[in-house]
Amino acid sequence: MSAPTPGSVPAPAPAAAPASARLRAQTSFEIASIFRNGEQVMVTLLLPLIALVVLGGTDVVDIDLGGRARIDVVAPGVLALAVMAAAFTSQAIATSFDRRGGVLRLMATTPLGRLGLLGGKVAAVLVLQVVQAVVVGGGAVLLGWRPEVPDLLVALAVGALGTAVFTSFAMLLAGTLRFEAVLALANLLLVVLTLVGGALVPTASFPGVTGEIARLLPSGALGEGMRGAFDGGVALRDVLTLAVWTVGLGWATSRTFRWS
Amino acid sequence: MTDASRRGPVAQSTRACRGTDLTFVLDSVTVPTTPAVQVTDLVKKYDGVTVVDSLSLTAAAGSVTAVLGPNGAGKTTTIECCEGLRIPDAGTVRVLGLDPRTDAPQLRPRVGVMLQDSGLPAQKRSGEVLRHVARMHRDPWDVPDLEERLGLGSFATTTVRRLSGGQRQRLALACALVGRPEVVFLDEPSAGMDPQSRLAVWDLVRSLRDVGTSIILTTHLMDEAAELADDVVVVDHGRVIAQGTPAELTAGPGDQVATFELGAPLPPDADARLRDRLGDGGAWSVDATETTRLRVAGPLDPAALATVLAWCADDGLLVTRFDLGRRTLEDFFLDLTGRSMR
Repeated sequence: MSAPTPGSVPAPAPAAAPASARLRAQTSFEIASIFRNGEQVMVTLLLPLIALVVLGGTDVVDIDLGGRARIDVVAPGVLALAVMAAAFTSQAIATSFDRRGGVLRLMATTPLGRLGLLGGKVAAVLVLQVVQAVVVGGGAVLLGWRPEVPDLLVALAVGALGTAVFTSFAMLLAGTLRFEAVLALANLLLVVLTLVGGALVPTASFPGVTGEIARLLPSGALGEGMRGAFDGGVALRDVLTLAVWTVGLGWATSRTFRWS
Repeated sequence: MTDASRRGPVAQSTRACRGTDLTFVLDSVTVPTTPAVQVTDLVKKYDGVTVVDSLSLTAAAGSVTAVLGPNGAGKTTTIECCEGLRIPDAGTVRVLGLDPRTDAPQLRPRVGVMLQDSGLPAQKRSGEVLRHVARMHRDPWDVPDLEERLGLGSFATTTVRRLSGGQRQRLALACALVGRPEVVFLDEPSAGMDPQSRLAVWDLVRSLRDVGTSIILTTHLMDEAAELADDVVVVDHGRVIAQGTPAELTAGPGDQVATFELGAPLPPDADARLRDRLGDGGAWSVDATETTRLRVAGPLDPAALATVLAWCADDGLLVTRFDLGRRTLEDFFLDLTGRSMR
């Protein structure tokens, strides 16, 4: 280390940056973290893209299409998967990692505060989802998907609800469990909810009552909501299911979240 | 501002008393400055175990206050209550006259924090982290200047996880200072630092104090407290057991301390016999701190030293090493907190 620099130090002059500037700074800081992290890119972008190409571009997996074009059934489900990967898996792991490292505590002592920190994380998820929409949606269009603009707007609203549910779920895990447990659960649950939770595969094709059960899960409601958005409208029950889960998980998170 | 002037001078001074201004005058009488930190009867328990037990301390504005204590004494918990990171079970905590929890939005820009476990994002480059924290402030410390003062430039592009312990500490310190806060909390600031870094950090802390910053640091390093602190608060078992300037704490009877290393083990009653030989009632403290080490504290003038050496000669004890000096903060600390490890 070099010799200390002579000269006086600046006198105290404390002043917080404006809230908008703090939020912008935290958001870009979080986005940079996501895109520089290989596993995060893998799970939020490559995984949905692979699902899209394999399920929508080939017929290696048998799907009950109900008489519709393959890509029209697959693309909304992959969008639901993308929402879950960004809002749930990516967020749970990143927040848990920050919690373990004391980052949540340290940033809470800066003018950013706890709310600013959470705001930055949520904003980063939203930006990530725009990128996902372009990548996944663009890929689907290349495979022949032709969504209508009004349907896209409805899907956007469903996606926002899904983001609220799964961000709450991510925070519930990240704020209560050890990092190793969060890492395992966040990945495992993504796979389970995607395959048998009704996100990717229409619940109508599930055997017996399992389809109805899956549709009561946030993943099933999100998947059916997405498919409904592009196929004649979203069922009220799916919107209600997502809303109830959001309130419940949000409440549980606010009661149990530990910052350290 | 308009709010205060509408309420008139009385309201204004009441407001000032609660800590919004540093100095002010009320009816031509200068009112003392609000303390940087005032902790009153703080209690904090973890799972029923009392870690902080009715602790009270005051850290004056514009000075360096060291909270000194052995591991597990409750230093970090106390500081974290001041930082708003922990909720006290009882008692009050005021920082610049404000409550760290309910007044957090006003306090956060005015307080800089360096945590013991750093809390730096492991996957980020160190320069990026410092610039990010700077962005939370409207008028931050010039980042290149701060980087140069703390020698951060050489590892600005290294990710936090690859930094050495001392480098991480310096970066955490920079993050605590970059917002130019009025009050800085440093939890074991020089842990893991090499001697050069420690000196640079001490220099910086002194310079900050000289421009009016209040600094509260925890440490178990005696030389750090003695070198840096205007006031020392000694904490053990969650309570304050002594408080004063380093000079006050090390003054008093037993001012001079001599340590004798001997070539052979001391006879069992050596300390009692030497105390008798020195005479003068309670002025002397004589301890066999090891089987071959004798510690003598008291008014050690040349005659008294000669008496000790004559006693050694009579007992056939060879003195292999001899050390004479003032009572240090370490002597004081060990006297207070005992010599057994926790």
